[in-house]
Amino acid sequence: MLDLATPTISERSALKINPAKTCQPIGAMYAALGIHSCMPHSHGSQGCCAYHRSHLTRHFKEPVAATTSSFTEGASVFGGMANLQQALINIFSIYNPEVVAVHTTCLSEVIGDDIPTIIKKAREEGKIPEGKTVIHANTPSFVGSNVTGYSNMCVGIVNYLAEKTGESTDAINIFPGWLDPSDMRELKRLADELGVKYTLCPDTSDVLDLPQTGVYEMYPKGGTPVEAIKRMGDAIKTVALGEFTAHPAAQKLNDKCGVPFEALDAPIGLTNTDLYIDALRRIAEVDVPASIDAERGRLLDVIQDIGQYFHEVPVAIFGDPDHVVAMTRFAIELGLKPKYIFSGATGRAFENRVNAILDGRFPDAIVKQQGDLFELHERIKADPVKLILGNTYGKHIGRAENIPLVRFGFPILDRVGHRLFPTVGYRGAMHLVEKISDALLDQRDRTCPEEWFELVQ
Amino acid sequence: MSTEATIPTGTIEEVEGVTPDALREQMLKGLPSKTLRKRAKQIVPNDPETPPEIGANSRTIPGIITQRGCTYAGCRGVVIGPIHDILHITHGPVGCGYYSWMTRRNLARVPEGQTNYMQYCMTTDMQEDHIVFGGEKRLAEAIREAYRLFKPKAISVYATCPVGLIGDDIHSVCRQAKEELGINVFGFSCEGYKGVSQSAGHHIANNGVFKHMIGLDDTPNDAKYKINILGEYNIGGDAWAIDELLKKCGISILATLSGGVSYDEIINCHQADLNVVMCHRSINYMAEMMETKFGIPWFKVNFIGADSTAKSLRKIAKYFDDKELMDRVEEVIAAELAVLRPIQAEIKAKHQGKKAAIFVGGSRAHHYQDLFGDIGIETVSAGYEFAHRDDYEGRDVLPNIKVDADSRNIEELDVEPDETRFRPRISPEAKQKLIDAGFAFSDYLGMMREMKKRALVIDDISHHELEHLIKTWKPDIIGSGIKDKFIIEKMGVPCKQLHSYDYGGPYASFAGAINFYKEIDRMLSTKVWSYVVPPWVKDRKAAATEAPAEEQKAA
Repeated sequence: MLDLATPTISERSALKINPAKTCQPIGAMYAALGIHSCMPHSHGSQGCCAYHRSHLTRHFKEPVAATTSSFTEGASVFGGMANLQQALINIFSIYNPEVVAVHTTCLSEVIGDDIPTIIKKAREEGKIPEGKTVIHANTPSFVGSNVTGYSNMCVGIVNYLAEKTGESTDAINIFPGWLDPSDMRELKRLADELGVKYTLCPDTSDVLDLPQTGVYEMYPKGGTPVEAIKRMGDAIKTVALGEFTAHPAAQKLNDKCGVPFEALDAPIGLTNTDLYIDALRRIAEVDVPASIDAERGRLLDVIQDIGQYFHEVPVAIFGDPDHVVAMTRFAIELGLKPKYIFSGATGRAFENRVNAILDGRFPDAIVKQQGDLFELHERIKADPVKLILGNTYGKHIGRAENIPLVRFGFPILDRVGHRLFPTVGYRGAMHLVEKISDALLDQRDRTCPEEWFELVQ
Repeated sequence: MSTEATIPTGTIEEVEGVTPDALREQMLKGLPSKTLRKRAKQIVPNDPETPPEIGANSRTIPGIITQRGCTYAGCRGVVIGPIHDILHITHGPVGCGYYSWMTRRNLARVPEGQTNYMQYCMTTDMQEDHIVFGGEKRLAEAIREAYRLFKPKAISVYATCPVGLIGDDIHSVCRQAKEELGINVFGFSCEGYKGVSQSAGHHIANNGVFKHMIGLDDTPNDAKYKINILGEYNIGGDAWAIDELLKKCGISILATLSGGVSYDEIINCHQADLNVVMCHRSINYMAEMMETKFGIPWFKVNFIGADSTAKSLRKIAKYFDDKELMDRVEEVIAAELAVLRPIQAEIKAKHQGKKAAIFVGGSRAHHYQDLFGDIGIETVSAGYEFAHRDDYEGRDVLPNIKVDADSRNIEELDVEPDETRFRPRISPEAKQKLIDAGFAFSDYLGMMREMKKRALVIDDISHHELEHLIKTWKPDIIGSGIKDKFIIEKMGVPCKQLHSYDYGGPYASFAGAINFYKEIDRMLSTKVWSYVVPPWVKDRKAAATEAPAEEQKAA
């Protein structure tokens, strides 16, 4: 398994091996699925769209509908206007969404297709039916990563849809960042418990976690409705959960409609959830109900109970930056020892943010942006960890080095059911504590000498 | 036409009270006119005796929701990717390499001393400045780094969409690297926008393998009954199952292109005496070129389905015209069928008469009809994503196929017989004798000749058409891929993935057929579908139908 890695850290400047990121459009497709009755549209050759749909489907085990401009060589040379216009005609007449959310690929970005002009022309020529909406975001695959694409589409949503009418909605906007539907559901539950009015956008719950009913609906009940997104411009404040996937949209909404925002991390773990709850409480001027205090207390209780098994266990954390940033803080709360903190995504901001959380307490920790899993493997070979927290792509390292992997983040391709349980909020944190302790204790049970094989732990 | 064809009898008059023509009309109704004209050519009720012309291998309609992928996927993902000891580098932004990293289940067993690069995704991860200033230097450096770190026997490079547009010359970079490093380095211009589907990528891959690998090693091989299996990618261990079966018969496989294969096997595989073709679409170019250059004849086989497997084995034995081999093949078939038949019969008794629809890539939509047929399940509709007319109608239509503007730029290699290495593997007389006995060389009869009359053949099926098919004809099971699976299952119909096998397999050969029968039996027998309506909803419905009666009584 993964026999190429050695304990020597290879010097590479051009060759990326086993990336811990993927490209922009899949993030834009995911964000667009969080709008109610929206068809994500990939303006490029169709391979991208097929790959992105497949990958999201493998993670969620759910249908993912999206359309593509299906560029041919001719369009690639002379421009994709005709393709996009024809696509819009077909999409509206065959699939009838309320919104089409267009994103681009490296192909249409390199040839420089001007999407707003194409949309405008299609509108003028009557190719977009009355009352229907077409929005877009530029998502060049050669810039940033999948999280950049998610963020760009969120900015695009604000850009096209949010309006300031001046009539306040008394609601709080929540940009959840790139989270699973179960997480979005949990964020809404907590806000409901607090009794605050809010708009969460995008919202993929009830889109990518559908019940089996025997009926397929292309546009299920979930997703933030366009009307609700429009009114985000009249909200009292925005809470944005994640520097890389949520803050840019909050900033855009502030610039466009003057809605101020609080920039937090993803609410994974104790402190990050505290900050989320507290922000909603302060903004809405409500009291936190005893039920939430009790949840928090139960989380704390289990962290206490499990402490001896987590203490100073060296851990590698990798994945998308907002996930990794939040998880690093949680790992410290749990008593784990963060050792390798890797993201494939680009930007010093990631390293700065993680280093601020580590706060000098883990001087040996290696924090890396634009890292890849080959280097992570080399480092683990040179100086092992006892636990890996990351997505499915960590499973080969886990097997090669006999280290348990707790699946976390995106994508999880090789397990079923993960999407039903949140990782955010106190309940999500409890779920993660259980997963981590199961993994560590299972490993201990498998590998300890027989005389130390304990019944009670 | 060869006498090999077994034209099915019977007609699909109607399913669930709806004729194929009426379903077709439903699918086309209300489409924008340009779209309707195009789709009308691609949805065709079948005639097995004289297959009707079908629109195929034409550009995808924008916005239609296609299943199709791209040329890069067809080249790197399908044909070359499975070669485990070549170091593959995707030249492009990160996505293409990432999504083709271990997502197709072309398994490999790696012998001591060989390297497995398949667990690795190597990419130049192009950034904005490489788009602006060109990525050739980056690629050259990536190749050097790969060589320095891993010392592979060969490195292959794959172009993605932006590479062609910005004008990176990957072939000259590869040539220079080959000279500098002294290993085989070659590139594939498989930009995603070329052609109209994965199919162009197959062609480009075939050309590259033929130019850069086939025939590099002339070491003689004195094994008996030497064959290559072309167009078999070892999904879920299929190639291993075929290997094992042929080994039992005493037949030697020099190389399987390209499932579970090594570089050394490929460069020496022109020593074979016969090529047999599984996936016609992806590899027929190679079969033709190897015959022209080296004199190796080819014919079509199918190891999917019990009867098809037996038929294919007999065909190979007959080609070698050797009594010992023929006897051995009969013994193996008899032994395998003795195990298989009781299981087949038991499962067939449960599912006889059920209906399947199959929409898969460029070959399995045909092959798997045999497997379903083995257990009494009839295929009422089938189609390919990206096959050409010859895969539907048979190779006799090849002279009539016009290459359209979208596919014209895919290179056709000019192949000549090799001056020293061309050697006819079978005498013209012996070949003629086989042909007279109904043996079809260099031929594929296509899917339509083996489907019932009026069965609905749908090329590049759209989501819209699939929904109509399910709602109207209510198939008992559908064979398709990951993008459709959960759509179909949300509609209450089990979907067997026939690309990834739902992470099961093998399904090839007799042993694989048994796996498949059992898996389909499990899917059709599971109780999960019967739980969809909660008991209280059943009560509510019952109450609603009883209510009027109660009212009547009261009145």
